[in-house]
Amino acid sequence: MHNFLFGIYPYIALSVLIIGSIARYERDPFTWKTSSSQLLRRRQLMLGSVLFHVGVLVIFFGHLVGLLTPIWIFDALGITHGAKQTLAVVAGGIAGVMALIGGLMLFHRRITDPRIRKTSSFADIGILALLLAQLVLGIGTIFVSLEHLDGYEMTKFMAWAQGIFTFQSDAASHITNVAWIFKLHLVLGLTIFLVFPFTRLVHMLSVPVRYFLRPGYQIVRSRRTRPLSHR
Amino acid sequence: MRVRAQIGMVLNLDKCIGCHTCSVTCKNVWTSRDGVEYAWFNNVETKPGTGYPTDWENQNRWNGGWERTKSGKLQPKQGSKWRILANIFANPDLPEIDDYYEPFDFDYDHLKSAPEVKAFPTARPRSRISGERMEKIEKGPNWEEILGGEFSKRSEDYNFEGIQKDIYGEYENTFMMYLPRLCEHCLNPACAASCPSGAIYKREEDGIVLIDQEKCRGWRMCVSGCPYKKVYYNWSTGKSEKCTLCYPRIESGNPTVCSETCVGRIRYIGVMLYDADKIEAAANAEETTDLYDAQLGVFLDPKDPEVIAAARADGIPEDWIKAAQDSPIWKMAMEWKVAFPLHPEYRTLPMVWYIPPLSPIQNAAEAGAIGMDGAMPDVRNLRIPLKYLANMLTAGDEEPVAHALERMLAMRAYMRSKTVDGVIDESVAKRVGLDGATIEDMYKIMALADYEDRFVIPTTHREQVEEAYDLRGGEGFTNCNGCSSGISQGSLFGGSKKPLKMPEEVR
Repeated sequence: MHNFLFGIYPYIALSVLIIGSIARYERDPFTWKTSSSQLLRRRQLMLGSVLFHVGVLVIFFGHLVGLLTPIWIFDALGITHGAKQTLAVVAGGIAGVMALIGGLMLFHRRITDPRIRKTSSFADIGILALLLAQLVLGIGTIFVSLEHLDGYEMTKFMAWAQGIFTFQSDAASHITNVAWIFKLHLVLGLTIFLVFPFTRLVHMLSVPVRYFLRPGYQIVRSRRTRPLSHR
Repeated sequence: MRVRAQIGMVLNLDKCIGCHTCSVTCKNVWTSRDGVEYAWFNNVETKPGTGYPTDWENQNRWNGGWERTKSGKLQPKQGSKWRILANIFANPDLPEIDDYYEPFDFDYDHLKSAPEVKAFPTARPRSRISGERMEKIEKGPNWEEILGGEFSKRSEDYNFEGIQKDIYGEYENTFMMYLPRLCEHCLNPACAASCPSGAIYKREEDGIVLIDQEKCRGWRMCVSGCPYKKVYYNWSTGKSEKCTLCYPRIESGNPTVCSETCVGRIRYIGVMLYDADKIEAAANAEETTDLYDAQLGVFLDPKDPEVIAAARADGIPEDWIKAAQDSPIWKMAMEWKVAFPLHPEYRTLPMVWYIPPLSPIQNAAEAGAIGMDGAMPDVRNLRIPLKYLANMLTAGDEEPVAHALERMLAMRAYMRSKTVDGVIDESVAKRVGLDGATIEDMYKIMALADYEDRFVIPTTHREQVEEAYDLRGGEGFTNCNGCSSGISQGSLFGGSKKPLKMPEEVR
């Protein structure tokens, strides 16, 4: 079971995430959207959404860098495991609380506001609940981490995550002895990956970076097969 | 010079009777769907009033349109690109649906299904969004119809700027006019500029501004970017929608639904040629009062041989050049100068123009005593204050509007003396800088307004860019609520490429 959850399930989740997202983008681009509900109710969203998004972004990139940067880079930079652990606890803790407060505001709005409740799909409410649960679990792990600030525990997760991405068959064995709350956090995280392409989360992949690269402001489209010559 | 063609529209407000046929036919065709019940691609407002959505003209509140920065740069009023993206999690300038109105329906079924009771059963309103009972309707489409509501509220109308407005609340001095509004299909669209995903584009061949529904991600910056508030967020599909200028009809040479059904025959559609290279400079004119003239400077004379040669070089089809020469828009906007853009100060260079309405003489009792300027009354004595019209149409510059109203009065005086007295009075024409023949042409187009004179629309030459043989049996449209073609251009999973040639971005 342990090997399935942490050795095989990650591949299932990531495969569904990648193939599912490509398929949705390809087959049904009309459904690819943020599903913003700001038009229907401004209250609670203005603060809640900003707190939630900023918090989640910090956490997301924190996990990405923290888990997938090879340990030797930290060693080469002279960052001790203990220091990294402390940084993760402090930055992650603050961002986590921000995201949790924002998320709870959004959840409250989504459940209690009749306009938003009525126009929410099962997936809209479900994914928010999943994210909130994941945030609570993530903040919960801080209390476990505080008991061993040497950072040794953390290196286990780095080894596991990097093992998964480098296709090592024994990746799951790195985290056999970690606290249950970590395991739960991991399984739930992978589940969020799994459902990603079927929810509004796909809007993450549409971060409008191209807006900056676009020359000027206007867009003109033409049906011309040959472009006009420059004059 | 880069010549492009634009389908433009003129609305003769002097003839609008406020019947809302345009709004209703438009609604039936385009927005009778979930998520856009509240949206009116075309609506008719009674002015003075705060309009729909409430107070839309007040850009200090909504930050729509463009602004010229202190350093002389032109940028969206909601902010430069990074400012817009910084607001992406929560857009502070976005109206709430209550600023339009909460769409509602009535419990009609209750009228027949109610049990026998003492009181007569009623059909009470219910929200179309939440389905809940609405105890009081606070707002609806066209809420200020024919000066509905108290003056104190209506007088918040932005066009009263610089006017001692209190006297217009008095019964004797009250005035009103209708203002039908739709997407302006601007030459410098602020919605397209604010769209982070690049889904909004202007079509090169006819200038129609459209939203690519497959590319729209619902970042909702266009809704706040448009100063006319004519981009609507569909809360059901999560995509923005707007007036399409009925492009399937325009492509086949037919007028839009709103124009076709206009019983007052106030709408005109025609082609304007313009110089795409001049747009930025025109939109960035230093003073807002310069913008009207700057926009006139962008249009190209379709009878000028140089322009014709350039238009041919830029691939404008022959029949489009011909249509531009016969364009009623050109005549009213450029030759007679009786039509004006709506709020040029937003710097979007709008392409739906308006002929200001005439109105009765201010003080009927004194009508004989004052302001008769020869055969014509003085336009400054008309009931609708000149400044009010100027705030709406020329960024506050009264001269062009007065000039237009004088020409319209001259047209009446000239034709009255011709048909009633049988006298052709060239002096009336001369006084407003016209001649008798021009006035008769004005009369033909503006007063008689035959179908062929109102609508000069060339067909789109799709046959030049598409293999029509591949198109047979196709549906033509690819997307709507709940149906997706399932085939995008890349066609990763096999299937033939779309035979429909979709327009592509040009630099």
